[in-house]
Amino acid sequence: MKSRYDVLVIGGGPAGALAAQTAVEKGLSACIVEKRPAIGSPVRCAEGIGKEALTEFIDPDPTWISAEMTGATIVAPDGFVMQLSSKMAGGKVGYVLDRKIFDRELVWRAADAGADVAVKSRAAAPIMENGVVKGAKIDHAGKMTSVRAEVVIAADGVESKFAKWCGIDTTVPVREIMSGVQYVMTGIDIDPESTVFYLGNEVAPEGYLWVFPKGPKSANVGIGISGKKSGEGHRAKDYLDKYVKKTFPKGKTIEYIPGGVSVCRPLECTVADGLMLTGDAARVVDPLTGGGIYNAMFTGKLAAQTAADCIGKGDVSKKALMAYDKAWRASKMGKTIDRNYHIKEYLIKQPDEKLNEIIHSVSKIDMTEFTTLNLVKEIIRVNPKLVLELGALAASLR
Amino acid sequence: MLKVHRDICGYCGCCVSVCKEGALELIDAYLSVEENCTSCGVCAKVCPLGALEVVHEKQV
Ligand SMILES: Cc1cc2nc3c(=O)[nH]c(=O)nc-3n(C[C@H](O)[C@H](O)[C@H](O)COP(=O)(O)OP(=O)(O)OC[C@H]3O[C@@H](n4cnc5c(N)ncnc54)[C@H](O)[C@@H]3O)c2cc1C
Ligand code: SF4
Ligand code: SF4
Repeated sequence: MKSRYDVLVIGGGPAGALAAQTAVEKGLSACIVEKRPAIGSPVRCAEGIGKEALTEFIDPDPTWISAEMTGATIVAPDGFVMQLSSKMAGGKVGYVLDRKIFDRELVWRAADAGADVAVKSRAAAPIMENGVVKGAKIDHAGKMTSVRAEVVIAADGVESKFAKWCGIDTTVPVREIMSGVQYVMTGIDIDPESTVFYLGNEVAPEGYLWVFPKGPKSANVGIGISGKKSGEGHRAKDYLDKYVKKTFPKGKTIEYIPGGVSVCRPLECTVADGLMLTGDAARVVDPLTGGGIYNAMFTGKLAAQTAADCIGKGDVSKKALMAYDKAWRASKMGKTIDRNYHIKEYLIKQPDEKLNEIIHSVSKIDMTEFTTLNLVKEIIRVNPKLVLELGALAASLR
Repeated sequence: MLKVHRDICGYCGCCVSVCKEGALELIDAYLSVEENCTSCGVCAKVCPLGALEVVHEKQV
């Protein structure tokens, strides 16, 4: 680690890795600081990602793919099952990753491209001069050093503190934090090619429970519930234990994963003078699915591209860096977050009976393109009544 | 006062994201609580494992 870089990236997750790789590819010097001693571990993720989304950044590689998916299943509160499959015969629609290896691969690529990496190195405070972010104080295995940078890219995940230290309020509202737990289980009977989502207030209030296959007899079995619904005796872990006891009594848990994921609107502004926020730190998770791997990679890459432009022009002010904020909001990702936020807000208000009714209306969907948007469109097509309830939102979906 | 049950905590950072005071920080596998904690209990509510507890002074 040197004492000065063009770009200092805080956090070695997918957002940070893509930011650093892109920065060095643009000819800048860059360093990733990661507080953990190992990249990618412990995992805080169900590891699901769509095929199109993944391949936009990296070609699938069996070393970090646990399983390939050909379909998805949604289980209504009353147990009714809706099957989603791809129109393309044998078509792969998505992957369940092995994020310990995947995250490491991404950081590896950044390092190979020329970025410096420092693990067990925690950003402990920003370096600020006249309100402008100029770098960070790094606690590197107990030794404090100052690292100055033209631009700091905060990619410090759900537990992000860096932006807060710089005066940006990143607090996630209680009702919009998904409080989650997941067990990596083995020795269980599952469909190894299909993800399963369970909905309902008894199963997972204002959230969902998932089974994402990791192999013929193993899966990530997890749950996320709204922070609002969490409390003593009815926490995410209580719900998950109830399900596991009933469904997989003989299964063995080989990994125990708590985690939080934000399903709020993204931060009002994701830049400041000398500072850019990316991935979970910017709260750009898809509010409907809780998926954030793609969004992290997308914003990480975009932030570094903008940083390179701005550094090249000698202006890293908030005004100049705003180009990044504007670009992600206008992107397909930005629009999807906006739309899915409204769909989530509608769905969490529905009682189980209503969810049953909606899911009963379609028992099998063949989708050409496997997206939540297409699923929602199909549901609306067979439930014309929903158009009225969804109002302007429904119109925007067409 | 906020008590962290370290035997239960799985150091995930879920609690850190909801604290508006910024009183929590996850230092790798160690959750630290700063003095500016107001004992509001929001973090204790959302913890997926139930590792946080607001204890009143007399109980300590
Ligand atoms: C239970 C659960 C299930 C999920 N399932 C899915 C899923 O199936 N699909 C999907 O797409 N998304 C899923 N997500 C969301 C996904 O995990 C995140 O959106 C994604 O990891 C965000 O990437 P990131 O790079 O922004 O942050 P992270 O991957 O969280 O990386 C942030 C990094 O920054 C480091 N860091 C933090 N503070 C500092 C500091 N001060 N100094 C140095 N380093 C620091 C952290 O140690 C961490 O390594 C899930 C999340 C949870 C909790
Ligand atoms: S939410 Fe609970 S398990 Fe996670 S870090 Fe906080 S106290 Fe620990
Ligand atoms: S009790 Fe309130 S102020 Fe204290 S750490 Fe928890 S959320 Fe923050």
